Amino acid sequence: MREFELAIIGGGPAGMAAAVAAREAGIEDIVIFERDTQLGGILNQCIHNGFGLHTFKEELTGPEYAERYIEQVLALGIPYELGTMVLGISKDKEISIISRTRGAETVKAKAIVLAMGCRERPRGALGIAGFRPQGVYTAGTAQKLVNCEGVIPGKEVVILGSGDIGLIMARRMTLEGAKVRAVVELMPYSSGLKRNIVQCLDDYGIPLMLSHTVVDIKGKQKLEGVVVAAVDEKNNPIEGTEEYFPCDTLLLSCGLIPENELSKSAGVELSPLTNGPSVDESLETNIEGVYACGNVLHVHDLVDFVSEEAVRAGKNAAEYIKGKPAAPGTPVNVKPANGVRYTVPSKLYIESVEESVHIRFRVTGVFKGSAIVVKSAGRELFRKRGRIFVPSEMQDIIIKKQALEGITDDITVEIEEGSV
Amino acid sequence: MYDVVIIGAGASGCATARELSRFSLSVCVIDKESDVCEGTSKANSAIVHAGFDCVPGTLKAKLNVRGSELMPGLSKQLDFAFKNNGALVLCFDKEQIPGLEELAERGRQNGVKDVRVISGDEARQLEPALTDEVEAALYAPTSGIVCPFEMTLAFAENAYENGVEFRLSTCVTCIDKTDAGYTVHTDKGDVETKTVVNAAGVYADKLHAMVSSEPMNIIPRRGEYMLLDREAGGLVSHTVFQQPTKMGKGILVTPTVHGNLLLGPTAEDIEDKENTATTRAGTAEVRAKAQLSVKGIPFGKVITGFTGLRAVGDTHDFIIGECADAKGFIDVAGIESPGLSSAPAIAEYVRDILAGIITLEEKPDFKAERKGITKMAALSDEDKNKMIALDPAYGQIVCRCESITEGEIKEAIDRPLGATTLDGVKRRTRAGMGRCQAGFCSPRTMALIAEKLGIGIGEVRKNGCYESEVEDNA
Repeated sequence: MREFELAIIGGGPAGMAAAVAAREAGIEDIVIFERDTQLGGILNQCIHNGFGLHTFKEELTGPEYAERYIEQVLALGIPYELGTMVLGISKDKEISIISRTRGAETVKAKAIVLAMGCRERPRGALGIAGFRPQGVYTAGTAQKLVNCEGVIPGKEVVILGSGDIGLIMARRMTLEGAKVRAVVELMPYSSGLKRNIVQCLDDYGIPLMLSHTVVDIKGKQKLEGVVVAAVDEKNNPIEGTEEYFPCDTLLLSCGLIPENELSKSAGVELSPLTNGPSVDESLETNIEGVYACGNVLHVHDLVDFVSEEAVRAGKNAAEYIKGKPAAPGTPVNVKPANGVRYTVPSKLYIESVEESVHIRFRVTGVFKGSAIVVKSAGRELFRKRGRIFVPSEMQDIIIKKQALEGITDDITVEIEEGSV
Repeated sequence: MYDVVIIGAGASGCATARELSRFSLSVCVIDKESDVCEGTSKANSAIVHAGFDCVPGTLKAKLNVRGSELMPGLSKQLDFAFKNNGALVLCFDKEQIPGLEELAERGRQNGVKDVRVISGDEARQLEPALTDEVEAALYAPTSGIVCPFEMTLAFAENAYENGVEFRLSTCVTCIDKTDAGYTVHTDKGDVETKTVVNAAGVYADKLHAMVSSEPMNIIPRRGEYMLLDREAGGLVSHTVFQQPTKMGKGILVTPTVHGNLLLGPTAEDIEDKENTATTRAGTAEVRAKAQLSVKGIPFGKVITGFTGLRAVGDTHDFIIGECADAKGFIDVAGIESPGLSSAPAIAEYVRDILAGIITLEEKPDFKAERKGITKMAALSDEDKNKMIALDPAYGQIVCRCESITEGEIKEAIDRPLGATTLDGVKRRTRAGMGRCQAGFCSPRTMALIAEKLGIGIGEVRKNGCYESEVEDNA
């Protein structure tokens, strides 16, 4: 059985950054398992620009951003195995893999970084009534078809959900000559970034229908059209508001789900709030030596944050391999409170925090003139005011070590509304 | 001139084709869809019923019990997934317990083995997720589950291997009586045959009316379902029914042979024979009623919803027999539940009818066995490596959710009666059947189909007939 010090599952932005960080921290024996035929993950189909503003202070396309990390992986001589699917991970870190070249095999690793990314919520999970014709795609599948296969799925498009991929695809389909009739969003706010609404919808005159949803799909074999209706505050369609949009393509951009079936096979505990592993400040899961980063941990809005998070996972995995003792003491829970959907990490070993700790989360709605407040047992540890907090933007706050000293009770992260 | 033309490539039609392929006959199966198993046979509960709820003495009772007896052996012979998981019929009201006893008695009369009524607590011991409201249950250990696509495909492929012709993407437009039998007119030309088996599902009445003046009316009864992720499949191990009503067997909760959890169906008589749309009301009904039986159903793990149309006749029984006013024209109509369970027995029954009309002479070279598509996920590492050594495509995972390899997809496309659409690949291999619902694998699957058919990736269809096939007719 082949044995590795560090196995990284996934060669996308998270996996590559973790690998590079681990190598720079002195780990020689690393392998990246990547199911696709090239490194880069989903970035390879994201040919639009806007990547890397934080990391590289310049605007790159997805493939260019990936290239920066691929170059580092190559320069450092980090081994990677392409076309290699991980089928299962056991509790003692035995990894079963399969590939064309090496066949089916079980390997063992001292530490593992989970970096498998996420998947799109499919039509079936949304429970949209109607037929199941050709012409209904998740936005990412359509993106792959258009950008990688050169196939334009249709000419008249309705997009359900205003996630970033949906917005990007509204522009992409328009540029390819399709007519995007509308982007329909169930919530009263978009789940995509403001800049994407401006650059992908407004600039092309594509209407964004907030508080609307698709209630029926017409066409038995090929999509003929969709019925869109307004929804009430409980997201139920309002009778009498139905409007028929003829179309041959319905794209769905209705949320991303961290892909953790492998994590579960390894016994990794998942957070019901993120669908990703529950981790501590070192991004370690409940299984010793198993770390998680990127979209498999929680869904990010910017790849720059993925890379930064993955560097921490890679470094910490390296420390573990080098024999750093387990974190002392009992962890303090980090819990979302008013206006906060989840937190990563969900627990902190206070003594293990070096200089500071990142807490990442998303808010549950649009909060104007409010503050992010972190507390424990009535003590305020952190406060950050903001003009506006929106669910589409992941929040990243950094709490200094000294603010955490002496904390033994749960830490809560909340939005203090209208406090500015 | 064929000896037999079977109209309809569903479970009944394909099982009949396979049964007839034992004999020295020329048999042709015609279907308007581009694949077998495209109608009622693909969208149902996938249950092999024990046979306790059919009225004793009916064809349904007789053929169900016989079909269910044949199923385990056939699943081995023809390599399709079948599991004997047992069933419970739940009763929520003490006053309804006599109804369960009656059902058990019916079962005994029908020849169903080991069927008995148990208490609510005994039922919860068998199935801990049952709700506290369950007062009693009928326990039928012989009930089973099957993969309806695989079963129908297995019959079709085995029939094909034994010489049965399949004319798919071919729609019957009218049928004329001739001296020798019938001329079946289709959108792809005429077909001469001595006899016709009408296994056209919800359209059986239309076909029947082409040759017979006896009234027949087939009502499509719409049934909506929800399918949950394999992670939810372990919630129950038995098929959990509710006490039946005149509209059917009610909403069930069952594991599937592939480990998903299936909820449904609703029962709603409609007019449109093509209306397989799901509805908000139907989804809500499935949700509400399934929760009466089983607690803790993780509705967040629903991966898809679908609708099937049961072909309900007006006699409350299967309508199988030669038309009195159309000799040699055999109806296999009104095949609602337990049609899937009965399919192998229906085939025998039709065979016996045909034996009175044409000569059935056994073929010495009949091949009774059929080998299904390789299932890489089920193999040991050693066996996987043997396959990969034969063809590296077996090492390339295309569908990550169900761990389906390129080799398996190629098999599905290349084998006789192979898949020409994404749905065809899905039904044969499960690629695209998992939690992402083909989001990740469809571009690659489309490329593989395109390569085989010699068309562009963008022309590959999810379902239905290719237009070039329609042009061929002109």
